[in-house]
Amino acid sequence: MRTSLGEKILDLAVSGFLWGFRILIVLIVVLGTFLTIRAGKYTGEQWIDFLVFGISQGSIYALIALGYTMVYGILRMINFAHGEIFMSGAFGGYFIATWLTVIGFMDKYPVLGLIASMLFGMLISTLIALLVERIAYRPLRGAPRLVPLISAIGASFFLQYTFRGFFGPGVYAYPSMKALEGQWNFFGIGILKVQIVVAIAAFIMMAILYSIVMFTKIGKAMRAVSENKDVAALMGIDVNRIIVTTFALGAAMAGAAGVLYALTYRQVNFFTGFTPGIKAFTAAVLGGIGNIPGAMVGGLVLGIVESVGPALFLDSLGIPRPYQLKDAIAYIMLVMILLFRPSGILGERVSKKA
Amino acid sequence: MMMKKDYLIWIAIKTGLLSGVIAIFLCLIGMVEVFSKRDVIEKIITLGDFILLATAVSAGVIAARATSNPEQQKQPLKNLIAGALAGITTGVVIAAFIGLSQQINLRSVFLSASPSLFDLLTFKGGTNWIWMYPAIGMAAGLLGTILFLLPEKFRQPITRAIFITFLLALFSGLFRVVMINQSDNIAKAGKYLFGQTGLTLSGAIIFFVAVVSISMFWSAESTNLQKGFARIPKKGQTGVRVVVFAILAYMVLMLPQVSGPFIAQVIVIVSLYALMGLGLNITLGFAGLLDLGFVAFFAVGAYTVGLLTSYGIFGLQHVSFWVAVPIAVLVSMMFGAFLGLPVLGVRGDYLAIATLGFGEIVRLLAGSDFLAPFFGGPQGIIGIQKPCLGTLGEFVRVDVPRICNGLEFAGPKEIYYLAVASAILIAFIALRLQRSRLGRAWMAIREDEDVAEALGINLIQTKLLAYMLGAAFAGLGGAIFTVLVGSIFATSMQLIVSINVVSLIIVGGMGSVPGVIVGAIALIGLPELLREVSEYRFLFYGAALIMMMLAKPEGLWPSQATLRELHHDDSGEDSEIASTKSSQAKA
Amino acid sequence: MAVILTAKKVIKRFGGLVAVNSVDFDIPEKSIVSIIGPNGAGKTTFFNCITGFGKIDEGEISFEGTKIHRLRPDQITHLGISRTYQNIRLFPDMTALENILVGQHLFLHSSWISAVFNTPGVRTEEKMALAEAQRLLNYVDLKGKGDMLARNLPYGAQRRLEIARALATKPKLLLLDEPSAGMNPRETEDLTAFIHRIRDELGISILLIEHHMRVVMGISERITVLDYGEKIAEGTPKEIQSNPRVIEAYLGRGASTAGMANAHERFSESKSKSG
Repeated sequence: MRTSLGEKILDLAVSGFLWGFRILIVLIVVLGTFLTIRAGKYTGEQWIDFLVFGISQGSIYALIALGYTMVYGILRMINFAHGEIFMSGAFGGYFIATWLTVIGFMDKYPVLGLIASMLFGMLISTLIALLVERIAYRPLRGAPRLVPLISAIGASFFLQYTFRGFFGPGVYAYPSMKALEGQWNFFGIGILKVQIVVAIAAFIMMAILYSIVMFTKIGKAMRAVSENKDVAALMGIDVNRIIVTTFALGAAMAGAAGVLYALTYRQVNFFTGFTPGIKAFTAAVLGGIGNIPGAMVGGLVLGIVESVGPALFLDSLGIPRPYQLKDAIAYIMLVMILLFRPSGILGERVSKKA
Repeated sequence: MMMKKDYLIWIAIKTGLLSGVIAIFLCLIGMVEVFSKRDVIEKIITLGDFILLATAVSAGVIAARATSNPEQQKQPLKNLIAGALAGITTGVVIAAFIGLSQQINLRSVFLSASPSLFDLLTFKGGTNWIWMYPAIGMAAGLLGTILFLLPEKFRQPITRAIFITFLLALFSGLFRVVMINQSDNIAKAGKYLFGQTGLTLSGAIIFFVAVVSISMFWSAESTNLQKGFARIPKKGQTGVRVVVFAILAYMVLMLPQVSGPFIAQVIVIVSLYALMGLGLNITLGFAGLLDLGFVAFFAVGAYTVGLLTSYGIFGLQHVSFWVAVPIAVLVSMMFGAFLGLPVLGVRGDYLAIATLGFGEIVRLLAGSDFLAPFFGGPQGIIGIQKPCLGTLGEFVRVDVPRICNGLEFAGPKEIYYLAVASAILIAFIALRLQRSRLGRAWMAIREDEDVAEALGINLIQTKLLAYMLGAAFAGLGGAIFTVLVGSIFATSMQLIVSINVVSLIIVGGMGSVPGVIVGAIALIGLPELLREVSEYRFLFYGAALIMMMLAKPEGLWPSQATLRELHHDDSGEDSEIASTKSSQAKA
Repeated sequence: MAVILTAKKVIKRFGGLVAVNSVDFDIPEKSIVSIIGPNGAGKTTFFNCITGFGKIDEGEISFEGTKIHRLRPDQITHLGISRTYQNIRLFPDMTALENILVGQHLFLHSSWISAVFNTPGVRTEEKMALAEAQRLLNYVDLKGKGDMLARNLPYGAQRRLEIARALATKPKLLLLDEPSAGMNPRETEDLTAFIHRIRDELGISILLIEHHMRVVMGISERITVLDYGEKIAEGTPKEIQSNPRVIEAYLGRGASTAGMANAHERFSESKSKSG
């Protein structure tokens, strides 16, 4: 073999580095967890609080991630403007919720009011998503991969600053809903009502979406298009219509997520969509992009790790304010998953081909 | 085939409705109101009026275009009807919007639907004057149609003149300030042409006429001129080139002295983005590796220089900038390898998200309390020693800058030279690399990784080199950024920087070195200069990205490969035609 | 004659599917050898095993006495094996000349630093590389097409360019995956002559996957038949033509009684139609 010494060293360095990196992370996780649990700084109740918050947050991520994953599955494009679609849903929900609160409807029928807000948020974000698809994405189908990505980035900026123009740079405080204040007690453990409601609503939405995709004719067509557009078109499926439907469904989920997110954090402004958008995309990749159950699992895992991780892994390692690093934990987990299992948790092994 | 009449009317009305909606959109995002405080031509037309008029004019153009059959002659009457109708519809929509606003309080939802906006739109006369909108709309629509109907020879110079005059009007404050700082005569001319908030009437007329005549002259005479240049003997040609180059070089050298610190600062920022763009152009443009966390390398360069030179509490070594820069570049390179190694096997969009993660991790760690003892955490690193040509005084104590005996690169006017020189140097290096064996290997990987490997290219080595050199360029950018700002905060290393860099190299033309520079000027420089309308910077930015991808996805200055392709598309067809002809001849 | 490549009991699995099953295989030096078999017989998979694209699960492959089955593709190319692809895989956005220059990568040694300074060494090396690339272009009859983007070349020219690119790596063994696919009879004839030329003039051994029976029978010195990943026959074209197992594999049980010559005609006809 004519390989030079340098090359051999390089090869060794590569594999050594990879293994070193993996081992280091595993070590931190195991050691941190061990020390934290031994130290017993947090009570069981606090752990459950973390967990419930993680699930509620994660279910929102999951809802947003569905839009990323469905669009990716069909068009192989990262819909970078999806975070803004989410934000527009939160704004739509805000105006209805405020109005319903002012006229007193919200206090009388909180469930109906919540549903109305969500529906309106979904409507707004669906409309915006369809506009974006028509103007910024449809003419670019079949263009090289990066072209629609840049167009999507452009759409993202445009939407953000359109909303800033409409509603100003300030933060809008969501109206407080009496029905969602306070806690519910389960076996002596108090859990915030908002979190439970958010998680339940998110799971219902996911179930609806999943049944649409799995059990309806249009869902079947969507799956066919994501397998192979050309063949699906030959089978008489109107591919254009399916793509539009996919955008609409994804946007509706994001709109619902927007309202739920705003309920949790009680505020919305034009920049609200950015970080959750990136996080949800991370979740989609985590679960295996293009894979619908993957997005749900990815979202939940991300939410839980973000919420539990800082306390569990880092606190006892002497790291001050571990909560500052919750996003870093999320991204490190993402990188780890991509290294160990490049296709995500539930994905097929496609990343090597893509 | 004649078009049906009702069809014509429908097209015109549809166009008018659309442009009316756009006009309302511009009102509701507050643009009209904000822009009405700026002038295009002083005392004649404000920027706000201008954009409203522009919607109606473009409605006229579009309606005229849509109603003319490309295969036939232009049909002026039909086009004029359509244009006028589109303009009227635009006016009616705006008028309806104003009327509606008198009935219901739009402001409860839309912040910008303020009384002052409607004062502006109604000329403070309630609904008394809104009948003017259809009339103005019709005039504007007709104007657009006439513009469309003009023969090519006139249309192009006129549209060009409108566009350039408009640009000059946007930047007129800038030009005015620059010219007023010069000798008396120039200052006078500046005041004559440029007003405080827009062009003066005389300035606008002068520029308009000048551009029209130059442009008409050029389109008539350009071939002659080129021929004339070709007739000059070889030596003479080189001479002309040298002179042009010398003039350019002189302008580059003198610019900061003439223009003052603001423009110098803008150019520095453009150069820094160009440096990052050149770096990413290696990883993404050449090797096809999409990196969305590129700001990490910028951060590494910045922090290295900061830590090595700062006279604040986090300063480690107190070396001079010139010692710190090569170290920063080396450290960035190593960091490029460090981040490149784990993702060697990751491809496509997975790579994009993994690198995005890296970028965020770097920012979060650098700004965290966890690493605050080293990197200053949220407080950042301050007190970074400015570069000094000459001898640098001894380090006395913390928070006291060292004294520079010689030329200190204190502000943007001096750092300008540093940044521009670096950008030129790196662009040169990138060009050399592109044409080298390594450049070909990168492009092979971009085109088909498996085949490249099967041709004997070591993927690990080649990809790592792409990451390392890209990181080195970005690190240099970071190093200069640090001394420009004099401090480092993790919050300036946002994801948005990486996104801007990706956008600028694609808008410039992927894989094209001059494209990176053009992209940086277009996406970073222009918005920076338009600070005054900063609220809408990113709105324009976003719209420009979308329109760019729709109209010219190959970029403003495509790489040679793309140009060759365009060129050869014809010759390729030719050769095929030739071959079919010859085969026919054989048969 | 000396053997240049030996495969011993090579097994390659994809999940439960055994794509290549315990195949023994030799290529004598400076010979033209073909692998044939029905679609899905594992021919291209076997190619991929030799060139390092897919790691084999069992057995060993050695080239000139060096075991290569654990090496990366670029290392295998370094040793002297090069290939083309069934569905042409040129670098579409690079020019014809650049495609060949990439193939010469292994023999150019200038580092990136010397490239930045454009040292005299780099300049002479580039000049020689360009001359060699031009020579190869001429060799495959693409003179003057060097500046065209690969994607704009006509189909036949793309096939030849791919071969030129493979030759640029100075291989001792050249693997051609269905080189005649999509060619008309006349082009096929030229190709056959061309393959002969490569072997005779450059002394390169050639391994061929081919569906076109006329090509296979015309130029191969030995033929190996794969079916369902197993080697079912091996021998000279004459021997293969009369081998009942081969006929059965191609045409199904019972067909072996029919005249072999007819069967071949039908087979190649149907192939060229579908191709």
